[in-house]
Amino acid sequence: MDFQVVVLAGGTSKNLLPLVSKEVPKALLPVANRPVLSYVLEQLELSNLKDLIVVVEGEDAAIHVGGWISNAYVDRLHVEVAAVHEEVGTAGALRAIAHHLTANDILVVSGDLVFDVPPGALAAAHRKHNAVVTTMLCPAPVSGPTESGSSGGKDKIKKPRRYNIIGLDPSKQFLLHIGTGAEVEKDIRIQKSILRAVGQMEIRADLMDAHLYAFKRSVLQEVLDEKDEFQSLKEDVLPYLVRSQLKSEVLFNGVPQTEENGNEKVSSQNNQAVVSRIMANASTPSFHELSSGYNGSTHVRRIHKCCAYIASESRYCQRLNSIQAFSDINRDVIGDASHLSGYSFSAHNNIIHPSAQLGTRTTVGPHCMLWEGSQMGDKCSVKRSVIGRHCRIGSNVKVVNSVVMNHVTIGDGCSIHGSVICSNAQLQERAVLKDCQVGAGFVVTAGSEHKGESLARK
Amino acid sequence: MDARRATTTVPRVRQVGFFTPNAPPAQPSRTHSFPLDSSSPPLSNSPVNNSLSPVMIPPSRHLSDNLVHRATSPLPVPEPSAFRRPIRSHYVAVVGSYNPTESLLGSSPPLASPSSRVIGDGEFSEESSAGWFRRSNSAKFASSFSGAFDLTSVKSSETGGFHQVKKPVVAQPKEEKSGAAAFVEPQINKVLSSSSSTKPLKEKTTKAERRALQEAQRAAKAAAKDMTVSVGVSTSKPVKHQPAQRKDAPPPASSIAVSDRKGVERSMEKERRKDIPAPRMQFDDKSRVEKAKKRAVVNQSEARNRVELFRHLPQYEHGTQLPDLESKFFQLDPMHPAVYKVGLQYLAGDISGGNARCIAMLQAFQEVIKDYSTPPEKSLTRDLTAKISSFVSFFTECRPLSMSMGNTIRFLKSRIAKLPLTFSESEAKASLCADIDRFINEKIVLADNVIIRHAVTKIMDGDVLLTYGSSCVVEMILLYAHELGKQFRVVIVDSRPKLKGQALLRRLVGKGLSCTYTHINAVSYIMHEVTRVFLGSSSVLSNGTVYSRVGTACVAMVAHAFHVPVLICCEAYKFHERVLLDSICSNELGDPDALSKVPGRMDINYLDDLTNKDNMQLLNLMYDATPSEYVSMIITDYGMIPPTSVPVIVREYGREYLWI
Repeated sequence: MDFQVVVLAGGTSKNLLPLVSKEVPKALLPVANRPVLSYVLEQLELSNLKDLIVVVEGEDAAIHVGGWISNAYVDRLHVEVAAVHEEVGTAGALRAIAHHLTANDILVVSGDLVFDVPPGALAAAHRKHNAVVTTMLCPAPVSGPTESGSSGGKDKIKKPRRYNIIGLDPSKQFLLHIGTGAEVEKDIRIQKSILRAVGQMEIRADLMDAHLYAFKRSVLQEVLDEKDEFQSLKEDVLPYLVRSQLKSEVLFNGVPQTEENGNEKVSSQNNQAVVSRIMANASTPSFHELSSGYNGSTHVRRIHKCCAYIASESRYCQRLNSIQAFSDINRDVIGDASHLSGYSFSAHNNIIHPSAQLGTRTTVGPHCMLWEGSQMGDKCSVKRSVIGRHCRIGSNVKVVNSVVMNHVTIGDGCSIHGSVICSNAQLQERAVLKDCQVGAGFVVTAGSEHKGESLARK
Repeated sequence: MDARRATTTVPRVRQVGFFTPNAPPAQPSRTHSFPLDSSSPPLSNSPVNNSLSPVMIPPSRHLSDNLVHRATSPLPVPEPSAFRRPIRSHYVAVVGSYNPTESLLGSSPPLASPSSRVIGDGEFSEESSAGWFRRSNSAKFASSFSGAFDLTSVKSSETGGFHQVKKPVVAQPKEEKSGAAAFVEPQINKVLSSSSSTKPLKEKTTKAERRALQEAQRAAKAAAKDMTVSVGVSTSKPVKHQPAQRKDAPPPASSIAVSDRKGVERSMEKERRKDIPAPRMQFDDKSRVEKAKKRAVVNQSEARNRVELFRHLPQYEHGTQLPDLESKFFQLDPMHPAVYKVGLQYLAGDISGGNARCIAMLQAFQEVIKDYSTPPEKSLTRDLTAKISSFVSFFTECRPLSMSMGNTIRFLKSRIAKLPLTFSESEAKASLCADIDRFINEKIVLADNVIIRHAVTKIMDGDVLLTYGSSCVVEMILLYAHELGKQFRVVIVDSRPKLKGQALLRRLVGKGLSCTYTHINAVSYIMHEVTRVFLGSSSVLSNGTVYSRVGTACVAMVAHAFHVPVLICCEAYKFHERVLLDSICSNELGDPDALSKVPGRMDINYLDDLTNKDNMQLLNLMYDATPSEYVSMIITDYGMIPPTSVPVIVREYGREYLWI
């Protein structure tokens, strides 16, 4: 279908410290014991997109990611891993690999997206309108667990809610305004010309830009070339394209026309005009055409279309871009959106690997995962948590709403609520953690209590 | 043609019939007079017309049949009693419309008689003035029959061409005073020297008959005896007459002839089989629907509450199709992106309108052909045809094809089939692309130009023109007439739920035309002031039935009742040989939700929770069939013709674009 896919896998995101490290870049963070990147890759594979370019920030991270991909997808996907400098931003990353892009349209996916929206739907919407950019909007995630019991603790962590302010036309197909989360507190500046052309704008704050874009390659490359200062797709390129859609500065509009003229040498220009007029009159005009037609035919305005595809509420779509999101996604993947994980759940609605050992009177509740080689002592209780490989958990341990990665040792009598414990960490006896993040290899001393802290090796 | 033999005053009389009372009398500008008189040959022979004096001719009169009941009914007055009278008189009019042919050729079926007359015309002019015509057979036919232009020639040169054509023709028919059909009969006999083959036959057999005729002439060279037999027999089933042949003909001559004929017959049979349209899928046949579903690309769930009468038509849950197709975007590998895009646009309703859909499809196919490369060990002809077929079935799943699109696809496939074997792949692709371009140009763009030029002659100063919905040809006509500086008003009648007329209104008002916009509910009120009705059409069928956007029939009937001429503007590629008597067996169902939901009106939600009630059914028909008696004239690229002449165009030109 002439689409090329670029997966922006990122590097070691600051937002996710201390979960990420040099060895575990963001793309390889385990979500239900699978790297988060695998969710994207498998969703793309489902859609028959097997030629991918994965862009990773930082050479080391690229080696790790590349190594993992070549192990896991050696015969299934054809993946090129490209390393770019850190801190170049998403736009910079695309700029760096621009020479690899050849197809007409480029699908840009963020590597930290966990979703089950078929990317084809976005691509189809993009093609249908012949848009320069189409972005997927999904309902903004409801942060924190749904049940009231533990939500009290969640609210105390003040995470900036990355909501977008999004303006849509009445048909909900075109994007008229996009403001990222940081701008939400300030005034919204909406362009009069767009508002005048459309007549009516629907401003929504409950939608999130999912960072799944389809770009027209020619436009994307032109914008990237000309605007050196653009760093981010989401914050620079997309708003720029949306802003300038009625007075397009990109030259691509001339290109398709000349192509068409070249194709139909036989027909005279006049006939061409008639055909295009028939087509224009017959198709439902978007506000772009109406506004340009209104200003008189002598001065043809250059326009381009920015479309939006709104994923339906029933689909799951969330970005792993914060620690909160990390635990939310982990919970969802083994809970509500369990179809994403690709595992088969037991009758108790949980997954316990056959090689895992449970002590007596230990209960593992629904929506839990206990992975291979893990051992648990007696009288433990696990609720809504993911426990990775080869963990050793003592007796009388409570794990609720938490993620425990691989090779973690947890002493007797620990209580873990809403926390993330990275690989090789060690919790000594009677440690109490609430809403904490424990970095890789960190040792929590016996009997200590932590609340809402980020614990990592300095 | 017979009109031309009359003195110059006669055409002027007929022109007056189209004028409004306050309009200045006949102002023959450019091609004006010829299309006018030539479009109504039957009229001039009818006794009524002959006795008609210019004074009697009323303003804004129907072209042919209304003249007959003019005497019986007064002008329609907007009171209920008077409203009735025209309706009653319309039955008179029905008889009257066939007057010229029926009175003279009493026994012949009305449908076929004009066609037989036309054969006569064509053949006759060939006889009498062969030297004058340098154009191909078809072009000559067009100019002699209806005064149409040749498609490719420019307007100014044409008027000259007309005179050339007419002079020899005018001289001849004076000897026969009776009328068109009457003088045609002997004429044919003279030319063909066999009366059996010229009998007005049904549309289906005429092709076979003509073929047989050709073949007979060829065979005549080999054996004179052979000829008479073949002409006599081959009008019936071709399989039957082989033994008869063998008996009669001398062995050496006949063996050649028979073998020759065998080949011809086989191809004939094949072609005939091809011609028979594949039986339409009947969607009330459960097992077939199941089978089709398995094949289908678009996953469609059928609507639950369907109207019983229309169960044979496909109707799906509209909400589910689009997301499903969209999500499969990348899975549909064999689908070309251009085809996919157009299919999506059909499904989403982004492209509507016969011409636009057709052009979009052709352009998508052009892309396909450009990107096509023959797979190894396959021939381009077969593989590409199969590919196109699969794309067509995809389009059909997105939205049922219109008849014009069916014609177009037939054209394209025949072009592929007839590619010379010597062509290399790139040559073949280039020639196909050029063919598609030419089709778009000649059959749509130029055809529209010709239609516009014709139709503008029917617009006079002071006219009030009514149109329904949004037809691109009608729009172009109105704009062109406006450019010419004609003073007229436009009434745009529209209907829910599509409200296409609003877009048209916007464009017309933007260009400075004075417009009135109303909905179809008010058509009987607005019809009083209307002098002419211009309508577009999706397809015109052999029996003159106009298949068009739903509501067209209603407008045409009201116009007929008010004695307002109804002019249908339709490109000839939309003509179809099928015969349609009602709009039930062949139609399309739209989204039923469009009926129950009124955009922008939150307060109208009475039906919101009723959609799944078993005892409620919503019917959103897309098309209707306008019977030919409500149509005064069809303006097409071959000229202005009465609806009875549609089969002639279909027969004579239906194959033409297969030959280009």
